[in-house]
Amino acid sequence: MKEIVVLSGKGGTGKTSLVACLAALADRKVLADCDVDAADLHLVLAPRMLQREEFRGGKQAYILPDRCAACGECAVYCRFDAVRFDGPATQVVGKTYRVDPIACEGCGVCVHVCPAQAVELAPAVSGEWYVSETRHGPLVHARLGPAGENSGKLVTIVRNGARDIAEARSLDLVIVDGAPGIGCPVIASMAGASMVLGVAEATLSGKHDIERLAGLAVHFGIPMLVCINKADLNAEVTAAMNGWCRMRGISVVGSIPYDRRFSEAQAQGKSLLELGDGVTARAVRALWRETRTALESRR
Amino acid sequence: MRIAIASGKGGTGKTIVATNLAVALAQDDHPVTFLDCDVEAPNGHIFLKPEITHCETVSVPVPEVNETLCTRCGRCGEFCQYSAVVCLGNAVLTFSDLCHGCGGCSLVCPDGAIREVPRVVGEVEWGPAGAVRFVQGRLRIGQARVPPLIRAVKTHLPQTGIAILDAPPGTSCPVVETIRDADFVLLVAEPTPFGLHDLRLAVETVRQVKIPHAVLINRANPGGRELRPYCDRVGIPILLEIPEDRRIAETYARGELAIRTVPAYAGWMRALFGRMRHEALV
Repeated sequence: MKEIVVLSGKGGTGKTSLVACLAALADRKVLADCDVDAADLHLVLAPRMLQREEFRGGKQAYILPDRCAACGECAVYCRFDAVRFDGPATQVVGKTYRVDPIACEGCGVCVHVCPAQAVELAPAVSGEWYVSETRHGPLVHARLGPAGENSGKLVTIVRNGARDIAEARSLDLVIVDGAPGIGCPVIASMAGASMVLGVAEATLSGKHDIERLAGLAVHFGIPMLVCINKADLNAEVTAAMNGWCRMRGISVVGSIPYDRRFSEAQAQGKSLLELGDGVTARAVRALWRETRTALESRR
Repeated sequence: MRIAIASGKGGTGKTIVATNLAVALAQDDHPVTFLDCDVEAPNGHIFLKPEITHCETVSVPVPEVNETLCTRCGRCGEFCQYSAVVCLGNAVLTFSDLCHGCGGCSLVCPDGAIREVPRVVGEVEWGPAGAVRFVQGRLRIGQARVPPLIRAVKTHLPQTGIAILDAPPGTSCPVVETIRDADFVLLVAEPTPFGLHDLRLAVETVRQVKIPHAVLINRANPGGRELRPYCDRVGIPILLEIPEDRRIAETYARGELAIRTVPAYAGWMRALFGRMRHEALV
């Protein structure tokens, strides 16, 4: 089984729109939406949910005001600036300490240092993940709660869920729609994958960020392909990107024009390919052929 | 006034708005600091072209175990919530990628066998960009821990004047770290189904952090009308609509400021600032 992860560094370069097209083109695959912060693939694939699981990302500290003696040890030791001196008054003290749930990373240091045993840790439910069926096959996706922590952990759960389905049904491929950036959720979606498909946009920002992503792929030893999206937006940037990739031994497997029909397709809950044939649709098909060949040439 | 420019979805135009706003306000003699908090993909420098005069590395403390002092009692491993310290029979393994730097393991170790050593996660760089004070964070490639670097960028927040914080996309910890203690959050959204869906998520996040906020609709077109009914229903003001314009996209692609090529843009930015100031006071 192979796993291809679609990433971009910069946000909004067209990852999800292209994954929706690949979903229509690839056979015998499972889809995984690992942009758990802002998952959008389900908007195109109209999934029928089969299974729903709670995600507990970590823990959260809370202070029991009745036991708090307002000594302030918790605030001294907290490295996340999460303890505030604005909790309710008790019979003993005028003000108690309080944990800001948004800033708390659930480490438990405050529990350890409190001499009055006034702090406790509780599991924080910070999202959900789902197994669904779509017109293009199974989809594993998730929703991280607002201001959620531990998105990397949820990404790993989604990826493992997709691999499990692929194995159980003897499918050959997992296509992962990843998050923007190069930090924790991206690392979690990339580590151990067969290949990265970088979707670069023909802007200076897009070039800057795809180069950082390529650095990350090298760091983890994952082979990378690049697809240039909105390639006609700036011919110079596209040429520079092609040159940069050639120098680094990265194959450019596709060049997609700037096409407003991607938005149209989105508005209709479809992939671009489902709107019919055209120059862009042909470019997307060529992208998939090249990508598949590159994937198959790997053991 | 501290203004954070955020969005759930990536690529909606945060950086275009943030950089053009910074320069337009500086042209009006406001003291402006631009802080690029999208440390994974910092792009503000492409448009502001700062002269970087200072660079500082940022590190987080991670544990180092002294094998001779360690008695393999296992308390560090039991304590760590992130599985960054794991005790396996005769060995203590540390995984600094997973470490949040809370310091708990060294605190609970009864033998003084754990000390904290710095691990570099990135750089903070700063210098002038014309009349704008420019600050950015750059995550080192391969590093996963973003919030400490954003905290380091934010140590450069000015006491007075205008600070513009360019946030990363998404709704999780890096966004929260950026918008925390801002006076106002401007959510840049695009009128597409993805744009609407991710705007909703961003609104939930901003509401949890309890900061006054409003929406800017970028790439507005006559076809896409999804955003307005949503904003009206949940009571979020729309402060500006910037029309879809290939000229703006091309200007952006070249790394230039829109206020230089689209004459109306500077006026839009001034009006936007006036409205944000008004909303923040209400």
